[in-house]
Amino acid sequence: MEMLNLFIKSIFIDNMVFAFFFGMCSYIAVSKSVKTALGLGLAVTFVQTMTVPLNYLLNEYVLSAGALYKWIPVEALKDVDLSFLSFIVFIAVIAAFVQLVEMVVEKFSPSLYNQLGIFLPLIAVNCAIMGGSLFMQQKVDAGEIANVWESIVYGLGSGLGWWLAIVMMAAIRERLTYSHIPAALKGPGIAFIITGLMGIAFMIFSGIKL
Amino acid sequence: MASKSLKNLTAPLSGNNPVIVQILGICSALAVTVQLKPAIVMGLSVMVVTAFSNLVMSILRKGVPSRIRIIVQLVVIAALVILVDQVLKAFVYDVSKQLSVYVGLIITNCIVMGRVEAFALQNKPWDSFLDGLGNGAGYGMILVIIAFFRELLGSGKLFGFEIIPAEWYINNGGVYANCGLMLFPPMALIIVGCIIWVHRSFKKDLQEK
Repeated sequence: MEMLNLFIKSIFIDNMVFAFFFGMCSYIAVSKSVKTALGLGLAVTFVQTMTVPLNYLLNEYVLSAGALYKWIPVEALKDVDLSFLSFIVFIAVIAAFVQLVEMVVEKFSPSLYNQLGIFLPLIAVNCAIMGGSLFMQQKVDAGEIANVWESIVYGLGSGLGWWLAIVMMAAIRERLTYSHIPAALKGPGIAFIITGLMGIAFMIFSGIKL
Repeated sequence: MASKSLKNLTAPLSGNNPVIVQILGICSALAVTVQLKPAIVMGLSVMVVTAFSNLVMSILRKGVPSRIRIIVQLVVIAALVILVDQVLKAFVYDVSKQLSVYVGLIITNCIVMGRVEAFALQNKPWDSFLDGLGNGAGYGMILVIIAFFRELLGSGKLFGFEIIPAEWYINNGGVYANCGLMLFPPMALIIVGCIIWVHRSFKKDLQEK
């Protein structure tokens, strides 16, 4: 039940795009057609599901206060707090993982690589991924994520939430090409306003308690 | 200062603004704009990071092979962001708590990476430094405009001081009420949309066909 709660919450209530604006840059830039939006959403969900647990383990066993002492029982390590390094460690894990995925996909499934090719490098600097890891760290401190399974659920949920948002946006923008929009609002202007309206619609989920 | 260098500093303020023209770095632009104070701190932090990452990468540009440049950039940017984060925690702790994860997200802020890729790798250190400073300022400016409207309309304050007279409020017999919706994230997006709208009605060459 706890996990289901976390899952639903990370998709709808704490939606990466509508509640925290994460990944807005690629969200606005790549939401012009549903097909590419599906591809990028899939890639983001996959990377998110893998990097959040990886960073969780690093946070739990290397970075947080006294973490090294858990598995290296040396008295000197008892007070070591490396959490100030977490930014650089998280981004290194994400960049390395994206690079790895790119190489693996290229080797084993060239057709998927051609579909995702351009999006994969974009993901390394997608704030949704980094944001997912940083929020995971906050949730660990707040006691909402207690083990590695919950961190997987959180990563999957927040990735799916981002996917949902970008596909919905792409579907709306495909329709918009046929409507009469003031010249100055065309492109990013109207995209922002629509995202705002979708965000207001998503606010209805915020009252749900599971 | 030569006029060409000066242009690097001023172009990002309006005609080539990173947020409303290049559509970069929106993620953090919106979340920290409920009040003016965190918005200004965030704008200054981004200015420092863009300026110095541009400077460092421009100095290193001939020594770094292009295959590994992304990871070098990330390391330089992450190191600068850690410095900024520690300084904020030391001197303005309450604001740094309000900014929470968004300080860390300067690393993945597309403005920083985008300017390094697009400008610093082809230009001399001084020009790159000015370009970074200008882009940081252009970003900060938009943040301040959004935060101004959100704080004024959402809570009737500016920098935490009451602006709307207390007797105007409905509770005290007046007719005015704060627009609570302004404090929610979606309104920031709508305000950005409106800023783009106004900006592009004056700058016709930016309009999309």
